[in-house]
Amino acid sequence: MTLLNLVDVSVRYGRLTAVRGVSINLKEGEVLFITGPNGAGKSSLLRAIAGVTPTAGGHVEFDGAEITGRTPEDIARLGFSMVPEGREVFGSLTIEENLMVGAGMHSRTPGWKGQTAADLDSVYNTFPILKERRNQQAGLLSGGQQQMLVIGRALMARPRLIAIDEPSLGLAPNITDQVYERLIALQAERSLTLLIVEQSSTRAVMVGGRMILMRSGQVVLDGDARELGNSEAMQAAYFGYEDH
Amino acid sequence: MLQIVFDALSLGSLYALGALGIALIFGVMRLVNFAHGDVIAFSIFALLWPSTDAMAIVFAGNLPWFLLIPFVLAVGAGLSVLCEIVVFRRFRNTNPATMMIASFALGFVIRYFLLMLYSSRPKSISLLPILSQPVEILGARLPLLQLITIIVTIAILFGLVIFLRRTRFGLEMRAAAENFSMARMLGVRANRVIMGAFALSGALAGAIALIFGIQTGTADIQMGAAVMLMAFISTVIGGLGSLAGAVLAGFLLGAASVVMQVILPVDARPFRDAFVYGAVILVLLFRPQGLIAARGTKERV
Ligand SMILES: Nc1ncnc2c1ncn2[C@@H]1O[C@H](COP(=O)(O)OP(=O)(O)O)[C@@H](O)[C@H]1O
Ligand SMILES: [Mg+2]
Repeated sequence: MTLLNLVDVSVRYGRLTAVRGVSINLKEGEVLFITGPNGAGKSSLLRAIAGVTPTAGGHVEFDGAEITGRTPEDIARLGFSMVPEGREVFGSLTIEENLMVGAGMHSRTPGWKGQTAADLDSVYNTFPILKERRNQQAGLLSGGQQQMLVIGRALMARPRLIAIDEPSLGLAPNITDQVYERLIALQAERSLTLLIVEQSSTRAVMVGGRMILMRSGQVVLDGDARELGNSEAMQAAYFGYEDH
Repeated sequence: MLQIVFDALSLGSLYALGALGIALIFGVMRLVNFAHGDVIAFSIFALLWPSTDAMAIVFAGNLPWFLLIPFVLAVGAGLSVLCEIVVFRRFRNTNPATMMIASFALGFVIRYFLLMLYSSRPKSISLLPILSQPVEILGARLPLLQLITIIVTIAILFGLVIFLRRTRFGLEMRAAAENFSMARMLGVRANRVIMGAFALSGALAGAIALIFGIQTGTADIQMGAAVMLMAFISTVIGGLGSLAGAVLAGFLLGAASVVMQVILPVDARPFRDAFVYGAVILVLLFRPQGLIAARGTKERV
């Protein structure tokens, strides 16, 4: 079943077109990597889906409903959880408060308290370091811990899809390993749909799943990560960017 | 001596409440709201029937205190929320300078509206006259109002801290103040948070109006402007957007004004404000980011 459907989506900043006519169909439970060089338009595309950056054309459907032009909070409330580039923890809030902000959208549903406590436990089980430091300011966490926090914060919303922009950014490879290990475990456990943006295809090849390569705002390749990863087509397409 | 301490605290209270009203709104939408002072003036004039006479015809001002206080706070909050819905909402995605000019213009609109209905002549009003009676504490004779101003301000500050730390809405406001677009991506409703900030800020304006009105016994269209200048300075010295900083700086400015009034040579006293502003410039030279730098700017690791 299709969870996210992008049809001919474009994003412009003034006269610069960052995303030009991207169409992607993402099925429930699927893991999709979007890779591509810096400036390819990956983040712009993600922000457009999340409703943070307006689209200049095309439309976005989530779970069968048109979400183009809706507010970020509405889109989040439909089950689209976004972890933006640079993580964006609330540095002055404690770790637990950060997690509670993530849970807030369900505060009107009955049984919210018990549910939130259970979700909190489950996030702390996945990332024990967060539990240990739960009353500290999130700004004091290391980069890897912050990445864990924002993933946990996204989970607290009980989303159907989590979109993560460059989770490996600025992290040491072994820390990135830890983050991915848990992310993939969570995905399997909850049959989450994942949309992960990374510059390189390395992680996609390690994890497996589907991979899309973007360049200059367009989708240039779409296929199985392991098959595409080391293919000549991939190398050519990726580095083709440098040619002009 | 005790008298000086109380003078400093009660003046500081007014500045702190004013600064808080500005900092709350700046926190959630990066708007420096110059209309805040006019919301203060409006709150007090709402107690009077429109007329251009010097003797005010009191309208809601005769209410007993337990109705009068909520009425004034609600007027402040209501007008402030109205400003957001009618004006500021349309400027939300513009740059801070544009929003600031819009707030200037809006302030003038409110002021001229009052001018039209009430003329520019200050009106004498007597609100809760019982509060003007002196009380004796530790040998010093203090107006009861001064004591109440300080107690009320401290109570408001405590209440606000508890609200921000312990309630769901407070948590959302803090998150939104730090990173608005991230908060929205987590489902925090922008309009609700911003309207909440305007309502709180407006209620604080109402509180200032009440204290000021009782203290001076007049309703004056200029009254907001007098407090607001110091309140603006407090928010900047405190670190724009930092609530704790705004309060701290408000009290410091109040103390500085009162202390200078006492220690300056008699000849220099009329120029007290020049000395106060001089001190402000010194503080800003040494700490341009303010006493307590706000955490609103995104930290990237
Ligand atoms: N807020 C913005 N304003 C103007 N241009 C932007 C903005 N964000 C991104 N861009 C431009 O859009 C293009 C795509 O950027 P981005 O989506 O960040 O790519 P990626 O995430 O793939 O590195 C780049 O040329 C970038 O400079
Ligand atoms: Mg990017």
